[in-house]
Amino acid sequence: MKIALLNALNEERAARRAAVVVTALESGEQRLVKAADIAKDELRAALETRLRSGKSGTEETPNGKVFLTVFVPPARLVITGAAHISQELAPMAQRLGYDVTIVDPRTAFATPERFAGIKLLAEWPDKVLPELRIDAHTAFAALTHDPKIDDPALLHALSKDCFYVGALGSKKTHAARLERLKSQGANEAQLARIHAPIGLDIGAVSPAEIAVSILAEVTARLRLGDGKR
Amino acid sequence: MQQEDLLGTAAAWRAAGRKVALATVTETWGSAPRPVGSNLVIDGTGNFLGSVSGGCVEGAVVAEAIDVIASGRPKLISFGVADETAWEVGLSCGGKISVYVEPVN
Repeated sequence: MKIALLNALNEERAARRAAVVVTALESGEQRLVKAADIAKDELRAALETRLRSGKSGTEETPNGKVFLTVFVPPARLVITGAAHISQELAPMAQRLGYDVTIVDPRTAFATPERFAGIKLLAEWPDKVLPELRIDAHTAFAALTHDPKIDDPALLHALSKDCFYVGALGSKKTHAARLERLKSQGANEAQLARIHAPIGLDIGAVSPAEIAVSILAEVTARLRLGDGKR
Repeated sequence: MQQEDLLGTAAAWRAAGRKVALATVTETWGSAPRPVGSNLVIDGTGNFLGSVSGGCVEGAVVAEAIDVIASGRPKLISFGVADETAWEVGLSCGGKISVYVEPVN
Protein backbone atom coordinates (compact mmCIF):
# COMPACT_ATOMS: atom_id res chain seq x y z
CA MET A 1 0.00 0.00 0.00
CA LYS A 2 1.34 3.38 -0.98
CA ILE A 3 1.76 5.71 1.95
CA ALA A 4 -0.31 8.37 0.15
CA LEU A 5 -3.21 5.92 -0.17
CA LEU A 6 -2.86 4.91 3.49
CA ASN A 7 -2.92 8.54 4.60
CA ALA A 8 -5.95 9.32 2.42
CA LEU A 9 -7.72 6.26 3.85
CA ASN A 10 -6.92 7.27 7.42
CA GLU A 11 -8.29 10.74 6.69
CA GLU A 12 -11.62 9.24 5.57
CA ARG A 13 -11.74 7.01 8.65
CA ALA A 14 -11.03 9.91 10.99
CA ALA A 15 -13.88 11.88 9.39
CA ARG A 16 -16.27 8.88 9.82
CA ARG A 17 -16.67 8.47 6.06
CA ALA A 18 -16.87 4.98 4.56
CA ALA A 19 -14.26 3.89 2.00
CA VAL A 20 -13.11 0.76 0.18
CA VAL A 21 -9.57 -0.22 -0.81
CA VAL A 22 -9.58 -2.19 -4.07
CA THR A 23 -6.55 -4.48 -4.47
CA ALA A 24 -5.86 -6.50 -7.62
CA LEU A 25 -4.47 -9.68 -6.08
CA GLU A 26 -2.42 -10.63 -9.18
CA SER A 27 -0.71 -7.32 -9.90
CA GLY A 28 -0.85 -5.72 -6.47
CA GLU A 29 -2.38 -2.63 -8.06
CA GLN A 30 -4.41 -0.70 -5.54
CA ARG A 31 -6.83 2.20 -5.32
CA LEU A 32 -9.01 3.93 -2.77
CA VAL A 33 -12.71 4.45 -3.49
CA LYS A 34 -14.38 6.97 -1.20
CA ALA A 35 -18.06 6.46 -0.37
CA ALA A 36 -18.97 9.59 -2.33
CA ASP A 37 -17.31 8.20 -5.49
CA ILE A 38 -18.88 4.73 -5.48
CA ALA A 39 -21.85 5.69 -7.68
CA LYS A 40 -19.56 6.38 -10.65
CA ASP A 41 -17.17 3.46 -10.08
CA GLU A 42 -16.97 0.49 -12.47
CA LEU A 43 -17.34 -1.90 -9.52
CA ARG A 44 -20.34 0.04 -8.20
CA ALA A 45 -22.67 -2.94 -7.55
CA ALA A 46 -20.06 -4.92 -5.62
CA LEU A 47 -18.90 -1.87 -3.70
CA GLU A 48 -22.44 -0.95 -2.66
CA THR A 49 -23.21 -4.48 -1.49
CA ARG A 50 -19.97 -4.67 0.46
CA LEU A 51 -20.54 -1.31 2.08
CA ARG A 52 -24.01 -2.30 3.27
CA SER A 53 -22.83 -5.58 4.77
CA GLY A 54 -19.62 -4.01 6.08
CA LYS A 55 -17.78 -7.17 5.03
CA SER A 56 -14.49 -7.27 3.17
CA GLY A 57 -13.99 -9.96 0.53
CA THR A 58 -12.82 -11.14 -2.87
CA GLU A 59 -14.65 -10.35 -6.12
CA GLU A 60 -14.14 -11.77 -9.61
CA THR A 61 -13.88 -9.02 -12.23
CA PRO A 62 -13.10 -9.07 -15.98
CA ASN A 63 -9.58 -8.02 -15.00
CA GLY A 64 -9.05 -10.80 -12.46
CA LYS A 65 -9.61 -11.23 -8.75
CA VAL A 66 -9.77 -8.15 -6.59
CA PHE A 67 -9.92 -7.90 -2.83
CA LEU A 68 -12.21 -5.24 -1.40
CA THR A 69 -11.24 -4.04 2.07
CA VAL A 70 -14.27 -2.28 3.48
CA PHE A 71 -14.01 0.49 6.03
CA VAL A 72 -17.33 1.52 7.55
CA PRO A 73 -17.38 3.76 10.62
CA PRO A 74 -18.90 2.20 13.73
CA ALA A 75 -22.65 2.85 13.67
CA ARG A 76 -24.12 5.12 16.30
CA LEU A 77 -27.54 5.31 17.89
CA VAL A 78 -28.69 8.62 19.35
CA ILE A 79 -31.82 8.45 21.51
CA THR A 80 -33.90 11.18 23.12
CA GLY A 81 -35.59 9.94 26.24
CA ALA A 82 -34.16 8.13 29.23
CA ALA A 83 -37.31 6.22 30.19
CA HIS A 84 -37.91 2.46 30.40
CA ILE A 85 -37.76 1.63 26.67
CA SER A 86 -34.34 3.26 26.46
CA GLN A 87 -33.18 1.22 29.44
CA GLU A 88 -33.78 -1.90 27.34
CA LEU A 89 -32.84 -0.42 23.99
CA ALA A 90 -29.45 1.03 24.93
CA PRO A 91 -27.73 -2.16 26.17
CA MET A 92 -29.25 -4.22 23.32
CA ALA A 93 -27.95 -1.70 20.79
CA GLN A 94 -24.52 -1.87 22.39
CA ARG A 95 -24.54 -5.65 21.94
CA LEU A 96 -25.24 -5.04 18.25
CA GLY A 97 -22.15 -2.86 18.07
CA TYR A 98 -23.73 0.60 18.24
CA ASP A 99 -22.11 3.48 20.01
CA VAL A 100 -25.13 4.68 22.02
CA THR A 101 -25.84 8.19 23.31
CA ILE A 102 -28.97 9.15 25.27
CA VAL A 103 -30.12 12.75 25.51
CA ASP A 104 -32.73 13.77 28.06
CA PRO A 105 -32.86 17.09 29.96
CA ARG A 106 -35.06 15.55 32.67
CA THR A 107 -32.48 14.84 35.33
CA ALA A 108 -34.82 12.50 37.21
CA PHE A 109 -34.64 10.10 34.24
CA ALA A 110 -31.12 10.70 33.00
CA THR A 111 -29.19 9.19 35.87
CA PRO A 112 -26.07 7.02 35.61
CA GLU A 113 -27.65 4.49 37.99
CA ARG A 114 -30.37 3.79 35.42
CA PHE A 115 -27.92 3.66 32.50
CA ALA A 116 -24.68 2.04 33.63
CA GLY A 117 -21.99 2.17 30.96
CA ILE A 118 -24.01 4.31 28.55
CA LYS A 119 -23.20 7.81 27.37
CA LEU A 120 -25.85 10.02 28.93
CA LEU A 121 -26.35 13.74 28.33
CA ALA A 122 -28.78 15.49 30.69
CA GLU A 123 -29.21 18.44 28.34
CA TRP A 124 -31.73 19.84 25.87
CA PRO A 125 -31.37 18.33 22.39
CA ASP A 126 -31.00 21.77 20.74
CA LYS A 127 -27.88 22.29 22.79
CA VAL A 128 -26.12 18.92 22.53
CA LEU A 129 -27.28 17.31 19.27
CA PRO A 130 -25.18 19.58 17.04
CA GLU A 131 -22.10 18.59 19.05
CA LEU A 132 -22.84 14.89 18.42
CA ARG A 133 -22.37 15.39 14.68
CA ILE A 134 -25.13 13.07 13.50
CA ASP A 135 -23.99 11.54 10.19
CA ALA A 136 -24.84 8.89 7.58
CA HIS A 137 -23.75 6.13 9.98
CA THR A 138 -26.04 7.31 12.77
CA ALA A 139 -29.56 6.16 13.67
CA PHE A 140 -31.83 8.46 15.66
CA ALA A 141 -34.79 7.46 17.84
CA ALA A 142 -37.14 9.94 19.54
CA LEU A 143 -38.61 8.19 22.57
CA THR A 144 -39.68 10.80 25.14
CA HIS A 145 -43.37 11.25 24.15
CA ASP A 146 -42.71 14.92 24.94
CA PRO A 147 -42.83 17.29 21.94
CA LYS A 148 -40.69 19.84 23.79
CA ILE A 149 -37.82 17.36 23.71
CA ASP A 150 -38.54 15.14 20.69
CA ASP A 151 -39.58 17.81 18.15
CA PRO A 152 -36.38 19.88 18.12
CA ALA A 153 -34.36 16.66 18.12
CA LEU A 154 -36.32 15.30 15.14
CA LEU A 155 -35.90 18.57 13.26
CA HIS A 156 -32.16 18.34 13.81
CA ALA A 157 -31.96 14.65 12.78
CA LEU A 158 -34.00 15.34 9.62
CA SER A 159 -31.58 18.07 8.63
CA LYS A 160 -28.79 15.43 8.64
CA ASP A 161 -28.32 12.36 6.45
CA CYS A 162 -28.66 9.81 9.28
CA PHE A 163 -29.62 6.36 7.95
CA TYR A 164 -32.61 5.97 10.26
CA VAL A 165 -35.06 8.27 12.03
CA GLY A 166 -37.79 6.80 14.21
CA ALA A 167 -40.31 8.29 16.63
CA LEU A 168 -42.41 6.72 19.36
CA GLY A 169 -46.16 7.29 19.41
CA SER A 170 -49.43 6.09 17.90
CA LYS A 171 -50.57 6.99 14.38
CA LYS A 172 -52.70 9.75 15.88
CA THR A 173 -49.78 11.13 17.90
CA HIS A 174 -47.63 10.97 14.80
CA ALA A 175 -50.18 12.82 12.65
CA ALA A 176 -50.18 15.67 15.17
CA ARG A 177 -46.38 15.56 15.26
CA LEU A 178 -46.15 15.85 11.46
CA GLU A 179 -48.33 18.98 11.59
CA ARG A 180 -46.11 20.55 14.26
CA LEU A 181 -42.88 19.72 12.44
CA LYS A 182 -44.31 21.02 9.17
CA SER A 183 -45.22 24.31 10.81
CA GLN A 184 -41.63 24.52 12.00
CA GLY A 185 -40.28 24.24 8.48
CA ALA A 186 -39.78 20.51 7.80
CA ASN A 187 -40.60 19.57 4.20
CA GLU A 188 -42.54 16.53 2.93
CA ALA A 189 -39.44 14.56 1.94
CA GLN A 190 -37.97 15.03 5.40
CA LEU A 191 -41.20 14.09 7.17
CA ALA A 192 -41.49 10.94 5.04
CA ARG A 193 -38.18 9.74 6.49
CA ILE A 194 -39.63 9.33 9.98
CA HIS A 195 -40.48 5.73 10.90
CA ALA A 196 -43.55 6.06 13.07
CA PRO A 197 -44.98 4.35 14.94
CA ILE A 198 -41.38 3.32 15.59
CA GLY A 199 -40.21 -0.27 15.07
CA LEU A 200 -41.26 -3.26 12.98
CA ASP A 201 -44.81 -4.40 13.69
CA ILE A 202 -44.16 -7.57 15.68
CA GLY A 203 -46.88 -6.98 18.26
CA ALA A 204 -44.34 -5.82 20.82
CA VAL A 205 -45.82 -5.22 24.28
CA SER A 206 -43.06 -4.95 26.89
CA PRO A 207 -40.28 -2.33 26.78
CA ALA A 208 -37.77 -5.07 25.85
CA GLU A 209 -39.97 -6.26 22.98
CA ILE A 210 -40.36 -2.69 21.74
CA ALA A 211 -36.57 -2.38 21.85
CA VAL A 212 -36.30 -5.53 19.70
CA SER A 213 -38.78 -4.12 17.17
CA ILE A 214 -36.86 -0.83 16.99
CA LEU A 215 -33.51 -2.56 16.53
CA ALA A 216 -34.97 -4.88 13.88
CA GLU A 217 -36.10 -1.80 11.93
CA VAL A 218 -32.78 -0.01 12.41
CA THR A 219 -30.90 -3.14 11.29
CA ALA A 220 -33.06 -3.41 8.16
CA ARG A 221 -32.25 0.18 7.18
CA LEU A 222 -28.56 -0.36 7.92
CA ARG A 223 -28.24 -3.58 5.94
CA LEU A 224 -30.92 -3.29 3.24
CA GLY A 225 -30.81 0.45 2.63
CA ASP A 226 -34.00 2.28 1.70
CA GLY A 227 -36.89 0.80 -0.17
CA LYS A 228 -37.09 -2.78 1.07
CA ARG A 229 -39.35 -3.71 3.96
CA MET B 1 -14.79 -3.47 14.16
CA GLN B 2 -11.14 -3.32 15.13
CA GLN B 3 -10.14 -2.46 18.66
CA GLU B 4 -6.74 -1.03 17.80
CA ASP B 5 -6.18 1.57 15.11
CA LEU B 6 -3.83 -0.60 13.09
CA LEU B 7 -3.85 1.55 9.96
CA GLY B 8 -3.11 4.60 12.08
CA THR B 9 -0.22 2.66 13.59
CA ALA B 10 1.04 1.70 10.13
CA ALA B 11 1.05 5.37 9.06
CA ALA B 12 2.70 6.48 12.33
CA TRP B 13 5.43 3.84 12.09
CA ARG B 14 6.10 4.79 8.47
CA ALA B 15 6.20 8.50 9.38
CA ALA B 16 8.76 7.64 12.07
CA GLY B 17 10.99 6.15 9.40
CA ARG B 18 10.31 2.49 10.15
CA LYS B 19 9.88 -0.03 7.33
CA VAL B 20 6.32 -1.35 7.41
CA ALA B 21 4.25 -4.17 5.94
CA LEU B 22 0.51 -4.74 6.20
CA ALA B 23 -1.04 -8.22 6.27
CA THR B 24 -4.77 -8.68 5.58
CA VAL B 25 -6.89 -11.83 5.81
CA THR B 26 -8.47 -12.14 2.34
CA GLU B 27 -10.26 -15.49 2.63
CA THR B 28 -11.20 -17.96 5.33
CA TRP B 29 -12.58 -21.50 5.25
CA GLY B 30 -13.87 -23.55 8.14
CA SER B 31 -13.28 -22.41 11.69
CA ALA B 32 -10.77 -19.65 11.02
CA PRO B 33 -10.37 -17.58 14.16
CA ARG B 34 -10.22 -14.08 12.62
CA PRO B 35 -12.60 -12.66 9.99
CA VAL B 36 -11.76 -11.55 6.46
CA GLY B 37 -10.31 -8.04 6.53
CA SER B 38 -8.39 -8.54 9.81
CA ASN B 39 -4.99 -6.86 9.82
CA LEU B 40 -1.50 -7.35 11.16
CA VAL B 41 0.98 -4.49 10.96
CA ILE B 42 4.63 -5.51 10.93
CA ASP B 43 7.82 -3.44 10.98
CA GLY B 44 11.22 -4.29 9.49
CA THR B 45 12.54 -5.71 12.73
CA GLY B 46 9.61 -8.03 13.36
CA ASN B 47 7.55 -5.92 15.76
CA PHE B 48 3.88 -6.43 15.08
CA LEU B 49 0.40 -5.33 16.19
CA GLY B 50 -3.01 -6.81 15.47
CA SER B 51 -3.99 -10.34 14.57
CA VAL B 52 -4.75 -12.45 11.50
CA SER B 53 -5.34 -15.79 13.23
CA GLY B 54 -5.52 -15.25 16.96
CA GLY B 55 -1.91 -16.36 17.35
CA CYS B 56 -1.75 -19.52 15.19
CA VAL B 57 0.24 -18.28 12.18
CA GLU B 58 1.36 -14.78 13.19
CA GLY B 59 5.00 -15.92 13.43
CA ALA B 60 4.99 -17.18 9.86
CA VAL B 61 3.24 -14.04 8.59
CA VAL B 62 5.81 -11.83 10.31
CA ALA B 63 8.63 -13.80 8.63
CA GLU B 64 6.92 -13.38 5.23
CA ALA B 65 6.38 -9.69 5.95
CA ILE B 66 10.09 -9.15 6.50
CA ASP B 67 10.70 -10.76 3.07
CA VAL B 68 8.04 -8.54 1.53
CA ILE B 69 9.60 -5.42 3.06
CA ALA B 70 12.98 -6.47 1.62
CA SER B 71 11.64 -7.27 -1.86
CA GLY B 72 9.04 -4.50 -2.01
CA ARG B 73 6.64 -6.96 -3.65
CA PRO B 74 3.28 -8.06 -2.21
CA LYS B 75 2.52 -11.74 -1.63
CA LEU B 76 -0.60 -13.86 -1.17
CA ILE B 77 -0.04 -16.71 1.26
CA SER B 78 -2.31 -19.58 2.29
CA PHE B 79 -2.30 -21.43 5.56
CA GLY B 80 -4.33 -24.52 6.36
CA VAL B 81 -4.34 -28.13 7.33
CA ALA B 82 -3.74 -29.28 3.77
CA ASP B 83 -0.39 -27.51 3.84
CA GLU B 84 2.29 -29.32 5.78
CA THR B 85 4.22 -26.17 6.64
CA ALA B 86 1.09 -24.47 7.84
CA TRP B 87 0.28 -27.49 9.94
CA GLU B 88 3.65 -27.07 11.57
CA VAL B 89 2.95 -23.43 12.42
CA GLY B 90 -0.36 -24.61 13.72
CA LEU B 91 -3.81 -23.76 12.41
CA SER B 92 -4.85 -26.64 14.60
CA CYS B 93 -8.46 -25.44 14.60
CA GLY B 94 -8.74 -27.06 11.17
CA GLY B 95 -9.48 -23.79 9.39
CA LYS B 96 -7.75 -22.34 6.34
CA ILE B 97 -6.89 -18.73 5.64
CA SER B 98 -5.34 -16.65 2.89
CA VAL B 99 -3.30 -13.62 3.88
CA TYR B 100 -2.22 -10.79 1.59
CA VAL B 101 1.06 -9.26 2.71
CA GLU B 102 2.08 -5.94 1.19
CA PRO B 103 4.77 -3.34 1.81
CA VAL B 104 3.70 0.14 2.93
CA ASN B 105 5.96 2.43 0.94
